[in-house]
Amino acid sequence: MSAWQAVIGLELHVQLATRRKLFSGAATAYGAEPNAQVGLVDAALPGTLPVPNAEAVRMAVRFGLAVGGRVARRSEFARKNYFYPDLPKGYQISQYEHPIVAGGEVRARLDDGRDVRVALVRAHLEEDAGKSLHDAFHGATAIDLNRAGTPLIEVVTTPCLHSAAEAAAAMRAIHRLVTWLGICDGNLQEGSFRCDANVSVRPGPDAPLGTRCEIKNLNSFRFVEKAVEYEIERQIRELEAGRPIRQETRLYDETRHQTRALRGKEEAHDYRYFPDPDLPPLVLAEAEIDAIAAALPELPDARRDRYQRELGLSDYDADLVTADRSTSEYFEATLAALGGPEPKRAKTVANWIAGELAAALNAAQRPIAESPVGPEALAGLIREIEAGRISQKVGKDVFAAIWAGEGDAATIIAARGLSVIRDDAALAAQVDAILAANPKPVAQYRAGDTRVLGWFVGQVMRATRGQADPATLDRLLRERLG
Amino acid sequence: MTIDESTLDHLARLARLRIEPADRGGLMADLAALTGLVGRLAAVDTAGVEPLSHPGDLTLRLAPDVVTEGDRADALLALSEAAQGGYYTVPKVIE
Repeated sequence: MSAWQAVIGLELHVQLATRRKLFSGAATAYGAEPNAQVGLVDAALPGTLPVPNAEAVRMAVRFGLAVGGRVARRSEFARKNYFYPDLPKGYQISQYEHPIVAGGEVRARLDDGRDVRVALVRAHLEEDAGKSLHDAFHGATAIDLNRAGTPLIEVVTTPCLHSAAEAAAAMRAIHRLVTWLGICDGNLQEGSFRCDANVSVRPGPDAPLGTRCEIKNLNSFRFVEKAVEYEIERQIRELEAGRPIRQETRLYDETRHQTRALRGKEEAHDYRYFPDPDLPPLVLAEAEIDAIAAALPELPDARRDRYQRELGLSDYDADLVTADRSTSEYFEATLAALGGPEPKRAKTVANWIAGELAAALNAAQRPIAESPVGPEALAGLIREIEAGRISQKVGKDVFAAIWAGEGDAATIIAARGLSVIRDDAALAAQVDAILAANPKPVAQYRAGDTRVLGWFVGQVMRATRGQADPATLDRLLRERLG
Repeated sequence: MTIDESTLDHLARLARLRIEPADRGGLMADLAALTGLVGRLAAVDTAGVEPLSHPGDLTLRLAPDVVTEGDRADALLALSEAAQGGYYTVPKVIE
């Protein structure tokens, strides 16, 4: 039974973050009034002709270069024919035989730290369809064409994934890459990044591929994982009961956590692709591809590796500060404000980002780019701690105060009198008071039980609200107890 | 080439057409004649000839990423058979 192997391939629909649509001059902004962003080409008015958006083409090339794929010097648009009310032309302009990107690879990281290499088949340019709302009106389906013509790249992976966790990791890795490249806003709720998963199982890795089912329109990482997991179990259950798998399209039911067959789509797809006569071949000049390559940012995997190599960050920390581009930029800006990349500081900055900052952002539901504590402010705080003017613990309070808008670290420390108490006399008074109030542990210490020293440190720290200088305090305690 | 009943049904489904029983015979004959023409084209020996998707050596002209078309919902919806609340409406599509 445990010999079953799942085989999964993904198709990701990545909406490109252009201003205008792929073939018309209408806007692509999300959330407009229904049908307010429909160009004449999008509405399929007779006599109109599509003109591709140069920026969408550049974004597709950027993706192709980033995954190490082959960028076609000459690609073609094709018509994918099917009738549906939200597709006014009766065909979707896509690419078929000659996509703009072929091959390539993305590295996906699993929760256990293992890397999976996700080989890509292709990435092609296509237009999105409109939206059908089946529940808006009684007895009618409502059509909003705002989304019609929005540029997409459809990224197709090879069937190289073998578990639900790998499928989710692959989706995350591609999501991270396209948002890092700035070609997609990555907003899953708004449908900017959607996933279809092809799932099959076979009796072992050497057996021929089983019949696959396609799960459509998965719009969260968690749903992909859940849906694929369910589907693998369902197929194994069917096969073990002697029932063959039917090739079909299935939908994931988020509330029941199961997939179900989509009725009316049992028939094999027959899209009758053919080259679009309205669109001559798309030819890219070598110089243009070179320019796009030269302008590519350092990619997340490369940056993660570099952080480990040059800054000595652990795998975990390096992964964390390259989780997305804004986090990475924040990290870099903080290091720069501290005077440059230096291993010890890198670790400190990573800890702050993963600790206080992440917690505060999470509680406030804010993206890091809109953090009230910017890289400069965090650097200022770290500088105060490095200089020994405040303790790490007080640093957390200062962080909260910066977040609350009380000013920069130095101002807050001065205003609240938070500086470390290093003055012997001031600290000695506190120490003496604690010792006087606790004769029993004092006796314990003097009888040889030196473990109580830590307890005294804690008491003085509490009395001084964490402001006692640890070295001075340790010395004073030992002098008095000894 | 002959067009049989099931091919006709398949084409009708793809085209979302309902075909009256009385029209079937005539349509099958027409389609057979059309595909016959394609059959004659297919008889040409094309060995060693590169597939041609577009005649001539035109290549694509691209548009800059600038919005040039605004809200024309009213004008577009006025062209449709049915509209409601800013949406086009069609008979309920059941998934």
